[in-house]
Amino acid sequence: MALMAITVLGHDRPGIIADVTATLAQRDANVEDSSMTLLRGHFAWTLIVGTDASVDQVAADLAFLASDDLVVSVLPVTDEQQEPDGPGSSFVISVHGADRVGIVAAITGAIASYGGNVTDLQTRLGGGLYVVVAEVDFAEPMDAEVLTTRLRAVGQTVGVDVAVQPADQDVL
Amino acid sequence: MTPLQVELPDGVVREVVTAPAAVLSEPCLPVDPADPDVVRLAADLLATMDVSPGCVGLAANQVGVPWRVFCLDVSAHPKTRTCHGRFVMVNPQILQASRNEKAREGCMSVPDFTGDVKRASRLVVTGQLPGTGEHVTLTTDAFEARAVQHEVDHLDGLLFIDRVVSAAAIHKRKVYLD
Repeated sequence: MALMAITVLGHDRPGIIADVTATLAQRDANVEDSSMTLLRGHFAWTLIVGTDASVDQVAADLAFLASDDLVVSVLPVTDEQQEPDGPGSSFVISVHGADRVGIVAAITGAIASYGGNVTDLQTRLGGGLYVVVAEVDFAEPMDAEVLTTRLRAVGQTVGVDVAVQPADQDVL
Repeated sequence: MTPLQVELPDGVVREVVTAPAAVLSEPCLPVDPADPDVVRLAADLLATMDVSPGCVGLAANQVGVPWRVFCLDVSAHPKTRTCHGRFVMVNPQILQASRNEKAREGCMSVPDFTGDVKRASRLVVTGQLPGTGEHVTLTTDAFEARAVQHEVDHLDGLLFIDRVVSAAAIHKRKVYLD
């Protein structure tokens, strides 16, 4: 069984997911992880699919979506093994401020320079307000206050407020 | 306050079942707290909780038994305020729940995921003690309130996955190395 990454992007309508998954199920292709949202009204879906079919076969199966103003891509991917997360720490980082170019670059550049890895990200523009919410893992322990102070300083350079919350998980 | 700790035999560690086991998705049955099998189950739940790292509570159906019994011990958890120690409750029923707070929780029966779940941070729960069958009502808050609701949800056939606050609220569980 090989893995492929499928992306479906374009004009939203009811039933896109139902159509794509019905086509994949017919091909005996299994939808593993996937994430879909609307980005400024555009349907945007990324899927990792396990199948014995070839990339060309799956692409041909999904070609009918093109007549629907949807752009589909199918690419082979390797099976990424999840590494243990080390002794580190995780945070939810929230950013908001007046929209301008370079906010995401400034904040994520700083995060990367401290060794942080973004594992989940949403950026949204509404009216003039720009909002970024990121989940970030650090392989080594990171102090929440130190991170807050550093990111707020970076945030000031691009005119945004930054809040940092520990992403605690409690096993019950 | 009635002490919740009762004399129980030594328990045996049982295997914790994981989703998608059917027993986790069905409501559990009320039982007689004086039934020797219930007393044994109570002891076994505590024994199983004790050997499971980080485990603060266990519902009977998590060891495959569809009875309304859970054990709890949040005394070592940093988010605990009110704490009733290490105890077992039979036939629990939540009487009052208020002041919802959101937090990310995981579960031994759903080992690969965590989820953001709103739970009441003030709670009144009633139930019986194993063996004696004594009726007890406890008022609690913060992490103990969350843990009780998580366990009672198990007994109602619900997992935290059934209660996540949004489509983006399921996360890969992080496994930290010490």
